[in-house]
Amino acid sequence: MIDFLNSIIVLLNFIIIPGISYGSQLALGALGVTFVYAILRFANFAHGEIMSFGAMITILFTWFFQSQKIGLGILPTALLALPIGIIATIILCIISDKFVFQYYRYQKSVPVVLAMVSIGVMFVINAIIRIIIGTETIKFSDGQKFIMKAKQFKVMTGLNEGLALKSSQVITILITVLLLTFTFWFLQKTKTGKSMRAFSDNEDLALLSGINPDRVVFTTWIIVGVLACVAGTLYGLDKSYKPIIYLNLVLPIFASAIVGGIGSPFGAVVGGYVIAFSEIMVTYAYKKFFVYLLPSSLEPSGLVQLLSTDYKFAVSFSILVIVLLIRPSGIFKGRVL
Amino acid sequence: MMKFERYEWVAITIMISLFIFVGFIQGWSVSLVILNMCIISAIMTMGVNISWGYAGVINFGVMGFLAMGGLAAVLVSYPPITESWQAGGRGLGISFVLLIVLVIAVIYINKTVIQKRNRYILNSLIIFFGILIIRQFYLNATHNIEDVNPAIAGFLGGLGLPIIFSWIVGGLFAAGVAFVIGKVALGLRSDYLAIVTLGISEIVVSVLKHEEWLSRGVKNVIGLKRPVPYEIDLQNADWFINLVTYLNSSKLNNIIDVTDRQQVLNNLIIDGSGIFVKLSYAILFLIVMLIIFYFANKAQLSPWGRMMRAIRDNETAANAMGKDVVKQHLIIFVIGAAIVGVAGAMLVTLDGLFTPSGYRPLRFTFIIWIMVIVGGSGNNLGAIFGGFVIWFSWIEAAPITTFIINQLTIGLEPTNALKLHLLDSVPYFRYLFMGLILLLILRYRPKGIIPEKVRHS
Repeated sequence: MIDFLNSIIVLLNFIIIPGISYGSQLALGALGVTFVYAILRFANFAHGEIMSFGAMITILFTWFFQSQKIGLGILPTALLALPIGIIATIILCIISDKFVFQYYRYQKSVPVVLAMVSIGVMFVINAIIRIIIGTETIKFSDGQKFIMKAKQFKVMTGLNEGLALKSSQVITILITVLLLTFTFWFLQKTKTGKSMRAFSDNEDLALLSGINPDRVVFTTWIIVGVLACVAGTLYGLDKSYKPIIYLNLVLPIFASAIVGGIGSPFGAVVGGYVIAFSEIMVTYAYKKFFVYLLPSSLEPSGLVQLLSTDYKFAVSFSILVIVLLIRPSGIFKGRVL
Repeated sequence: MMKFERYEWVAITIMISLFIFVGFIQGWSVSLVILNMCIISAIMTMGVNISWGYAGVINFGVMGFLAMGGLAAVLVSYPPITESWQAGGRGLGISFVLLIVLVIAVIYINKTVIQKRNRYILNSLIIFFGILIIRQFYLNATHNIEDVNPAIAGFLGGLGLPIIFSWIVGGLFAAGVAFVIGKVALGLRSDYLAIVTLGISEIVVSVLKHEEWLSRGVKNVIGLKRPVPYEIDLQNADWFINLVTYLNSSKLNNIIDVTDRQQVLNNLIIDGSGIFVKLSYAILFLIVMLIIFYFANKAQLSPWGRMMRAIRDNETAANAMGKDVVKQHLIIFVIGAAIVGVAGAMLVTLDGLFTPSGYRPLRFTFIIWIMVIVGGSGNNLGAIFGGFVIWFSWIEAAPITTFIINQLTIGLEPTNALKLHLLDSVPYFRYLFMGLILLLILRYRPKGIIPEKVRHS
């Protein structure tokens, strides 16, 4: 029985908790991509950089608050700076729409052209970020690092295995739940949300019913800005902030959005967790888990690892390819908010 | 044979004069270094242009195909390492045979078992256990190989052939990978296809990074044999010394003192050998570029090229006219990728080393796409022009930015924090330039600088 509990703790500590927090970050990112895809109808390659931009502004203000000795006690100061980051990200989104994307929307350009345009935007934001903050790795989490340390847990329960709970993980999960609830409530219950759904379902019909497309697009960028900034900041808070990471993060995010069924917000969230868990589960070495579970005669000799951790990124794309082959529309049929 | 329009001649003149300009300002060596990379970029751009410009098939896997070309350069030119083969050759062979058996089994199951659920279950079972068995042999073999002299070897080595063959092999490698990707993904809508090809190219690169038995992975392969002479050999070769003496005879004759003269001659020989090597590369690359350019144009003007345009402009109509759209898409995707693969092999040849971790999408996929868009998709000269201009500005962005920043902050103290910070971030301004160039071109000249010619025939 103790062995069984130990093995469960191993899974919790190394797979489930990291999976949920990484999955939440991906889900928020994928939700942003999905909004752009469903309303503006293109694949936004700049999304990673928008996330990075939000995180950067948050970091700059975190530093400012830290220098002013303003803090939140046990909570990271970044939470205090986050609203400013969100506002800056929204402004960035709206500026890029006004100066770049709007023109092509009025021209009714094909999605590929818009995707190319978003690559241009990606380069520009990328350059701005690097010029402002450089390319170094930045750790900006402060406050209490752990809610529960592995040692504490061992003492508390008397088990062999420890369960560590980072505060950044808990914050990630809580904020994600809040934000997702709000987003879905907004889409389902408010008038603007409903008009957005109508717009994504059938643009012409929505226009006929008197929905103002500019307003819908404006609201979309606001939501995208919020989601992107929060996702970027949480990712940076949990791991560490490095501008180059966010370009690599675009692909798992796209994978999440497509796996879930691109255009479907619920699918995007599910896709985020699917990608996160498969990345972690496929590359985790299960030896410890089996050591507890199996009698010592059957103990595995190797690491019991399906793929080495080097292939972490490759896993998400493989899943993307497999899903596209078996079920091209994704897990939840998309295209409609 | 094709004729150039007047504005195309202007473009060609601009390209040539850019290099002459740099040659006089920054030296011929710098100019030739940029020229070589420009030519390689132009070849990559032509590869992408063939699939995107001719047929509208998007290919965001440029990085992966380049890496395959690079792998070919290693596998063709590196001398074979017999100890590694002895250590792990058999295990690898067995796992390879088993893999083929597995693939055949899966194909067989797909053909014979009709019920969908049974097929899925059987397939997953066979693949799972098959991979478990293969892993046993494979991991053992690769482990043994990687243990052979890990500081300098630790991989299988290559065939020890002249590296120039790898340009063809690189094309074939890339074509092979492209065939598999195309089979899997070409049915997708264009923006999905972009994401999937981007993803698969990441997979290709991560395999190259981490399979050390194949190409040393992140430990890099260095010291690949050159197709052109080495500087040090040239400096000791009589014919080269004579050539340099002859070319600079007037300058040398003016120096009366013998030791001074020898000193000047030595410097000239050292400079000259570097330029000679780069020039030989440039000539080799130029030949490849012109061959590809010739055939690409020929193909574009042929009935096949016309069919490709028809498919691009209206897929449904082309299909209705009895053209096999799926097959043609696959063909053109593979051809485009093969050309990119050739460029990848040339890139490694030029550097003389293979560094898988150097393959990054920003540098090797998106920049190439900017070249295509800026140059003009559907026009081969445009592709070359785009390759030249964008690479040129990519390199020259740093000195130009430094100049501009210095001019703008001329009133500030040299120790001013803002000025120092800006000067530190000079390398990042090139991303800004690239993004702005792309956005401006897409906005004001969406067909590119040298647009596709509309043909009425």
